[in-house]
Amino acid sequence: MFNNEMKLEFISKSSNEAFARVAVAAFASQLDPTIEELADIKTAVSEAVTNSIIHGYEKKQGVVKISSWLTENEIIIEISDKGKGIENIEMAKEPLYTTKPNLERSGMGFTIMESFMDKVDVESVVGLGTKVTMSKIIKPKEEKDEDDFKMLMSNN
Amino acid sequence: MESKFYEEDKLLVLKITSEIDDHIVQEIRRRADYEMERYMPRKVIFDFNNVTFMDSSGIGFLIGRYKFANIIGAKLEMTNLGSSIKKIFEMSGILKLIPTVELN
Repeated sequence: MFNNEMKLEFISKSSNEAFARVAVAAFASQLDPTIEELADIKTAVSEAVTNSIIHGYEKKQGVVKISSWLTENEIIIEISDKGKGIENIEMAKEPLYTTKPNLERSGMGFTIMESFMDKVDVESVVGLGTKVTMSKIIKPKEEKDEDDFKMLMSNN
Repeated sequence: MESKFYEEDKLLVLKITSEIDDHIVQEIRRRADYEMERYMPRKVIFDFNNVTFMDSSGIGFLIGRYKFANIIGAKLEMTNLGSSIKKIFEMSGILKLIPTVELN
């Protein structure tokens, strides 16, 4: 079912946020995404990893794990931690809801993940940790070219 | 971050020259507040021309600077937003608080 798979583990230091999103983006680039699709993936990964580091582990040291799979036309990314977990997932997903306004957190993390990816699923157990699974369809180049062609034709 | 102060207009331009995530934003925040306190400008423009990546930390950063600008009596504006940065700001409604301007 999967064409490719990768796993990544790193400690919960905020300096690893850039490493995580760039590594996933490099893996995703095998599907030949557009620059915009790649930016969407990087942003969503950055949000999930940041959540694990500052909410899951609250700056204590822990391990963040990323697994990712590629199919013909889709990337699936799973980001998990063994941190404190989320008490109310529905509330956490609300735009502008944050438990850390004093840290200038905007509360937009899940909203961004949900609008930049096609699917986002959150599992969490208080005291045990959180797992975010998200996926995005990456259309093959030929279809994108066809879309561009159609748009060009409809504009004229 | 590069800062430039135009004395005659009391205008401070802060050009962000790195990616913006939760890690890097801590340093950008310190620097921006330092420059704003130092010059006491009437207007601050954040230039995003060299920002190649931004996540939601950018929203929190700007809301924080917006509050700080209010305290010192300065107006806040933004310029040179790339498409993915714009997408994130649009989602947050922050463009209603902080207008974007053209800057040469």
